[in-house]
Amino acid sequence: MAHGAAPGTRSDGTFYAEGAIRLFVLAAVFWGIVGFLVGDVIAWQLAFPVLNLDLPWTSFGRLRPLHTSAVIFAFGGNVLFATSLYVVQRTCRARLYGGDVLGKILFWGYQIFIVLAAVGYVTGVTQSKEYAEPEWYADLWLTVVWVLYIAAFVGTILKRREPHIYVANWFFLAFMITIALLHLGNNMAVPVALMGGDSWTKSYGLLSGVQDAMTQWWYGHNAVGFFLTAGFLAIMYYFVPKQANRPVYSYRLSIVHFWALIFLYIWAGPHHLHYTALPDWAQTLGMVFSVMLWMPSWGGMINGLMTLSGAWDKLRTDPVLRFLVVSVGFYGMSTFEGPMMSLKAVNSLSHYTDWTIGHVHSGALGWVAFISFGALYFMVPALWKRQSLYSLKLVSLHFWIATLGIVLYITAMWVSGIMQGLMWRAYDELGFLQYSFIESVEAMHPYYIIRATGGVLFILGALIMAYNFYRTIKGDVAEGAPDSVPAGATVGVQR
Amino acid sequence: MAEHPERDEITGRYTTGHEWDGISELNTPLPKWWVWVFYISIGWSVLYTIAYPSWPVMSGFFGGATGWHARASLEDSLAEAREARSEWVTQIAARDVPAILEDNTLRSYAMRGGEVLFKENCAPCHQTGGAGAYGYPTLADDEWIWGGTPEAIVTTIQHGIRNDTDPDARSSEMYAFGEWELLTEEEIDQVAQYVYDLSHGEMNAGPGQDIFVAQCAACHSPDAQSPGGEGNKDLGGPPLNNRIFLYGGTKKDIAAQVYKPQLGVMPSWSGRLSDEDIKQLAVYVHSLGGGQ
Repeated sequence: MAHGAAPGTRSDGTFYAEGAIRLFVLAAVFWGIVGFLVGDVIAWQLAFPVLNLDLPWTSFGRLRPLHTSAVIFAFGGNVLFATSLYVVQRTCRARLYGGDVLGKILFWGYQIFIVLAAVGYVTGVTQSKEYAEPEWYADLWLTVVWVLYIAAFVGTILKRREPHIYVANWFFLAFMITIALLHLGNNMAVPVALMGGDSWTKSYGLLSGVQDAMTQWWYGHNAVGFFLTAGFLAIMYYFVPKQANRPVYSYRLSIVHFWALIFLYIWAGPHHLHYTALPDWAQTLGMVFSVMLWMPSWGGMINGLMTLSGAWDKLRTDPVLRFLVVSVGFYGMSTFEGPMMSLKAVNSLSHYTDWTIGHVHSGALGWVAFISFGALYFMVPALWKRQSLYSLKLVSLHFWIATLGIVLYITAMWVSGIMQGLMWRAYDELGFLQYSFIESVEAMHPYYIIRATGGVLFILGALIMAYNFYRTIKGDVAEGAPDSVPAGATVGVQR
Repeated sequence: MAEHPERDEITGRYTTGHEWDGISELNTPLPKWWVWVFYISIGWSVLYTIAYPSWPVMSGFFGGATGWHARASLEDSLAEAREARSEWVTQIAARDVPAILEDNTLRSYAMRGGEVLFKENCAPCHQTGGAGAYGYPTLADDEWIWGGTPEAIVTTIQHGIRNDTDPDARSSEMYAFGEWELLTEEEIDQVAQYVYDLSHGEMNAGPGQDIFVAQCAACHSPDAQSPGGEGNKDLGGPPLNNRIFLYGGTKKDIAAQVYKPQLGVMPSWSGRLSDEDIKQLAVYVHSLGGGQ
């Protein structure tokens, strides 16, 4: 396919704004490596507490939110910005509303938010809400950026030159609107400075007690549901059919599972608060809505996997497609595991154990990161107008090394988590607890080492990807690399 | 731009006729199994909400057909556990620790219960099995700072040591001989050398011994005056004639302790643990090393 002579133009004359997208791609790679690295540091800290270094800003308590926010909002967020702006222009055949100027305002605005949040974490400025730790000033800044983001996206859809709105854009829009709602709802707080306090960073939330907890997990669960699921399903709906060069499996399934997912997800948050002060009735509803969410989630998996009908052979030769398809497999696995863990009987074993951490990472590493890698591998040659990636062999190496890392991570956490849960509830024949808490901590030690080792592999994979991008952008092509892929599957065609 | 449905050669399905950036969509019907499992999960959910507390109503919530309630269910299990233990607890309550030690059945029950309590409450400082750590006395040996009889152990657990919450806490305060300028640096060096030698089984007469008798024997010797440093459990003065040291046994460590002592604190456990729990703990701790 011809990449037009002028930058950002295509043979059909449509003019896409891509400068900001290139920046978002680079930022995603950078923050991804930072986020994975911090995650692995805290994984080693859990195995060897001396690595906390006895300094407040390197302690687990401060680095953990740095890790979660770096991977979710900095890595995942930049991937979402890059892909959404990439996809919406192409599927609407319209230049980005606001053009590259608005795109770059979004880019720098979002990076400022990331830095504001990160500086807060390491210096101990936090509102102590999981995944919503940034204080009021960072929250207000993000609100401005987000409104501009929605304006750019919706503006582009409104001026589209296609009669219909593509399914990826429904998911992107659901993600943007719901994240706006969640962000505003969960961050209602009063800065203490307004009340005569002497700290300008500190604020107190409007809600307290169980209302606060419920609002927090309404937010927390839907950060998973709309940031890490809806947004990345949008990525799946564009990049899987593009890379496989096949039509989407079922239009009807995409409609039904979209609306079912959007309607059901928002009610499932209370399953994070099973067996707490949250009233029984809310726990029950959180659980049944999670169970009903199983099939709507699998609708996305079916549509992703079955799109490969007639193209399964490409998995052998195209490592980029392999990333995309395996990610959908992990999505299916964690969206079965999630409803199962929301069952109160299962939750009474799994809650507060490493099983939860394993579940989250099968979704985060297997689904979110893998589909992001696939989309990044797709976009880099397209955005920098290169014939192909520097090396598909390196993509394949990245794939296997990262997959091995994930397998080590998840299996270690399954074993450790279930063991932990069983140890905590074991009684002897006289009715005494069989194990003390500290014995369960000791028992987890080898699994913490396995997990952290898996993390090292995952980071190595990301570094290989960064190197591959560097060489691709430079314009290099590894000798022999294009030959290893049959014509129809070569990265660099079909854009 | 396909404005009309096209037949996909591989699946035989038609597309919807829409196309975006080269992506089209097949008009495949919903998979039957998918629809059915979705319906079943919805049906199961409806039934579940009928059985258990679920839907909110104006001033409360629907309580569920089974009448199950998390709090009531927890109280039932706790009552069941209390009931299962009540026979043992009653017997322990009725006896003091020496009497428990004499009853073999009761002793083995208390040993098991004491071990569990020890692991949850004591091991963080005294380590598993009472192995001890820097600043935290070893309980698995026969050196006792505050006494190793069952009664003494019970008292120590009940009230703790040097805490500010229990007026009956055991208390002793070694002077900061250096900081308060009670001894010169040279004298501290001499007495530290004397104590170091003492811990290695040598009692050397000299200025160090004179200082020891004048300043240290009051608490560290049973008769308040002998130079042997055998310890005084009533005052909480640890023996110095062996190599068991809380804060290190090199001459430098000893001199540092004489200059400005570190004084450990143990919380009071009365109120946090029941009397029966404390008795079980005492049985366990007494058994670890050299219970007296």
